[in-house]
Amino acid sequence: MSELIDALRAFEGRVIGPPTRALDAVNEPMIRHWCDAIDDRNPIYLDNDAAKANGHRGIVAPPTMLQAWSMRGLGGRTGATAQDDLLRLLDSHGFTSVVATNCDQEYMRYLEPGDRVTTTVTIEAVSDEKKTGLGVGHFVTTLQEYRDDAGEVVGTMRFRILKFAPQPKVEPRPQRPRPSITRDNAFWFEAAKQHQLLIQRCARCRQLRHPPGPMCPHCHSLEWDTVDASGRGAIYSFVVNHHPQVPAFDYPLVVAVIELEEGTRLVSNVIGIEAHDVEIGMPVVAEFVAFDDELTLPQFRPGLN
Amino acid sequence: MSDASDIGGRTAIVGIGATEFSKDSGRSELRLAVEATKAALDDAGIAPSEVDGMVTFTMDNNPEIEVARNLGMNDLKLFSRVHYGGGAGGGTILQAAMAVASGVCDVVVCYRAFNERSGHRFGIGVQDRPPAPNTENAHYAWYSPYGLVTPAQWVAMFARRYMHTYGATSEDFGRVAVADRFHASTNPAAWFFQQPITLEEHQASRWIVEPLHLLDCCQESDGAQALIITSRDRVKDSPNGGAIIEAAAQGASKGQEMMTSYYRDDMAGLPEMGLVARQLWATSSLTPADIQTAVIYDHFTPFVLCQLEEFGFCGRGEAKDFIKDEGIELGGRLPINTNGGQLGEAYIHGMNGIAEGVRQVRGNSVNQVPNVQYVLVTAGTGVPTSGLILGRDN
Ligand SMILES: [Zn+2]
Repeated sequence: MSELIDALRAFEGRVIGPPTRALDAVNEPMIRHWCDAIDDRNPIYLDNDAAKANGHRGIVAPPTMLQAWSMRGLGGRTGATAQDDLLRLLDSHGFTSVVATNCDQEYMRYLEPGDRVTTTVTIEAVSDEKKTGLGVGHFVTTLQEYRDDAGEVVGTMRFRILKFAPQPKVEPRPQRPRPSITRDNAFWFEAAKQHQLLIQRCARCRQLRHPPGPMCPHCHSLEWDTVDASGRGAIYSFVVNHHPQVPAFDYPLVVAVIELEEGTRLVSNVIGIEAHDVEIGMPVVAEFVAFDDELTLPQFRPGLN
Repeated sequence: MSDASDIGGRTAIVGIGATEFSKDSGRSELRLAVEATKAALDDAGIAPSEVDGMVTFTMDNNPEIEVARNLGMNDLKLFSRVHYGGGAGGGTILQAAMAVASGVCDVVVCYRAFNERSGHRFGIGVQDRPPAPNTENAHYAWYSPYGLVTPAQWVAMFARRYMHTYGATSEDFGRVAVADRFHASTNPAAWFFQQPITLEEHQASRWIVEPLHLLDCCQESDGAQALIITSRDRVKDSPNGGAIIEAAAQGASKGQEMMTSYYRDDMAGLPEMGLVARQLWATSSLTPADIQTAVIYDHFTPFVLCQLEEFGFCGRGEAKDFIKDEGIELGGRLPINTNGGQLGEAYIHGMNGIAEGVRQVRGNSVNQVPNVQYVLVTAGTGVPTSGLILGRDN
């Protein structure tokens, strides 16, 4: 790792390519197009008299056009540079993605029609490895210096990029299969959200029943209420699922028929134990897990309470 | 009320027809259905125009009228579907036999056609079942949110309890797979033709859902099977002979659920198959001693043991000893699934097993059992189910 840092540091201070002289001198038509495009109506860019009234010799260029004067046009740049080498080095270490993070410009004087800028670019700094919201990477800062034909610096631009290793996209865990909610079973799933393990009870003959249904199979009453189960029970039977694997679950997955101490049975998962240690008859106790906003279910853990 | 029904011995299966059994038929399910039906009618020497009844599974995607129209059939007086997956098999025959015995129909086709391997695979389970609020979907609300979503998983829950109750082992289940694959190995129509397995291979096969290994689980298959049912007196005119329907019965029992009857006092038996057994024995006046060979529904091996017990071939919990000591392969006391069963031949929802029952009665199975008088055929287990006893026309 420090080997990479040393190699990166060696780029600091290196000049990227030869100085490049602008294709065009600063000129009024380009100034006018720029002002149109960005809707800047400052008269010192467009009107000689107004510029003079503000102490200039005539029309001046907007300072933010600095970079525009040095642009090479489509396909303008040729030849490998130190910057290419630097980026390739970072690519080869997994920092394959790039994002521009900030750009600071400094202006020494207004450019006037007839000025022709020459640009030199230097790799100013390469950072240590940084952890960012996008991923781990290195910041690379380049310094562009713009000079007039007299060799005076008229402006500078610091441009910073982040070369980073893209994080593997973490897909949100697929949801557990949804229960089909009907008027007969909705109460049970609603109660589960409140961390209640309910058992339906016939309001007439007091028989408990699960899974719930609209009629008591013993006395045929349609009236029912519920009892709050203690959550204590024992494993009546169980399976260990290996295949197929549904993405919502971890495998091997233990699913069991639990006999509650109230006497009814229900199916649930057994958690907190290695699959090969699960046994029929093992005492288990319920706890509730909210899998998502819609689904909270009891899960059972070995133990007495 | 008696368990016996009036249909015993009054009707017969006089034609069987199937497509090849594969993993990718390359054809529509409807085409499989009409191919199998035409083959069965040809086997029976009956023209499509004579058919006046059609029965299939609610799970089948080929409506009776589509099959009928493609075959140029005339008037249909019975069109019926039987629910509950593989439990429907013998139920389709019961419907047909009742229709013929009562005079509603003369000739009924029972069929099942699917691309169950290349199309929708049952082994995937109900993980994607849309939770529309209806009773049939709501049944799965107690299972699928916990990851209990496939037939193998639902059955494994019973298997674990059965092992606990009776001391059966994975090897005891494995002997069923070995017998099936032994029979398949000599059946050119079987997917696993010439591929027998050993008990060691069964034990070494990967877990699907403990306590079930891969080799405890039936195949997934593409294919179709059709059967032609008519009155007993037409058997003498059948070019290839027929198998008398000595008895046919359905069963759903107290506390019945679709694959998940986990709330009964006992989870180590199949009371709905016990109900089928009582009816079959009562209607036919036969006993287990009268049966020379059987096709025992084998989507998963453990329920084969439970069925042997429910039919009284042995006592409760004794199937493991019956299999080991008496034998379920050719030459044993009760050779089962002589076509290779659904583990070895193909998974055509048990309808291919009924065809094997007919072949054993006709005497032309590739694994013919000597002196067959009566054959027992059962349907899907863990669900509301059905069964048949087929016999020779003496
Ligand atoms: Zn009641």
